[in-house]
Amino acid sequence: MNTCLELLKRYRLFAVLLLVNFGILAFMPEMGLRSFQLMGKNVVEMLVFIPPIFVMLGLLDVWVERETLMRFMGPGSGFRGGVLAFVVGSMAAGPLYMAFPIAAMLIRKGASFLNVFMFIGAWATTKVPMLLFEASSLGLRYTLVRLVLNVCGIIAIGWVLRGVLTSEEAAAIQAKAEAMQGEGRKQPAR
Amino acid sequence: MLFNIFLYAAALVFLLVSFSRDRGKTRAALKKGWKSFENILPLFLFILLLTGMLLTWLDEATISRLIGAESGWTGLLLTGIIGSITLIPAFVAYPMAGELLRAGAGYAQITMFITTLMMVGVVTLPLERKLFGRLAFLRNGLGLVYSLLAALAMGWIFA
Repeated sequence: MNTCLELLKRYRLFAVLLLVNFGILAFMPEMGLRSFQLMGKNVVEMLVFIPPIFVMLGLLDVWVERETLMRFMGPGSGFRGGVLAFVVGSMAAGPLYMAFPIAAMLIRKGASFLNVFMFIGAWATTKVPMLLFEASSLGLRYTLVRLVLNVCGIIAIGWVLRGVLTSEEAAAIQAKAEAMQGEGRKQPAR
Repeated sequence: MLFNIFLYAAALVFLLVSFSRDRGKTRAALKKGWKSFENILPLFLFILLLTGMLLTWLDEATISRLIGAESGWTGLLLTGIIGSITLIPAFVAYPMAGELLRAGAGYAQITMFITTLMMVGVVTLPLERKLFGRLAFLRNGLGLVYSLLAALAMGWIFA
């Protein structure tokens, strides 16, 4: 009973729209039918390439240990650290707001700010499963061109942000990151 | 088609390697994959039906007038605002963007939508501010500027 209600709650937006279109179907059969046909076509198209993407998403989540990778991203990690920040951000799954707690963890563990900014940028735009999805929907050429632009953009934004970062501000962010430690396991400063 | 075959082949190889190393982890991975799919399914279905209805009610002429290549700055403003304030997962946004593109939307306008969607988050700004303070505003502002540059570049490249 409870799960039924929960299901309805989760799908309420879709259910409302479905009802609306059924109403349209009743009064304007042509328009209603066309909407369903267009949706059906897209659903089928999606179902063809969704399974492998989500299989890989799950595998990434299970096999890529976040903590071990983070150790390599501190100040002085240089080019390699930057690349790694990109890779870690790209391997992640989840919406951008989930990146902020992890960014806080990175800061706590001593990652450099430039790397943290790159990590956030990569999380937002260059995630591997999303790239696959983008290529499926918008074409490989579009995806690759945009990827190149995005990498440049992310680095540029990271540089500017680090450039304007004052040392007091860095200390304040560091303090906030320490305070955001939710799990209760205290980490050493470095 | 070729791309799909590649996807399936890659997924299969990874799956087999993972399975040969650790069955439990592989099972957990599949469960996680299914869960993340099931998580976006409601929104996914909603957006797909919405797209179907939009494309039914708005003909190509209307779409290209609103956000087509000729819509210029107005189209960029429109797609930029929608991309900045909504929280649509990429898995849902890309198919929608692809459909709109085929229905007459412009490359620059679609890129503006996708890039602001990812880089600018008005709704998540309070959360971001908690950690980064003033820098959060700056990051979103720079994201907006970058989105515009990327949109113009894509519009120019794919003209």
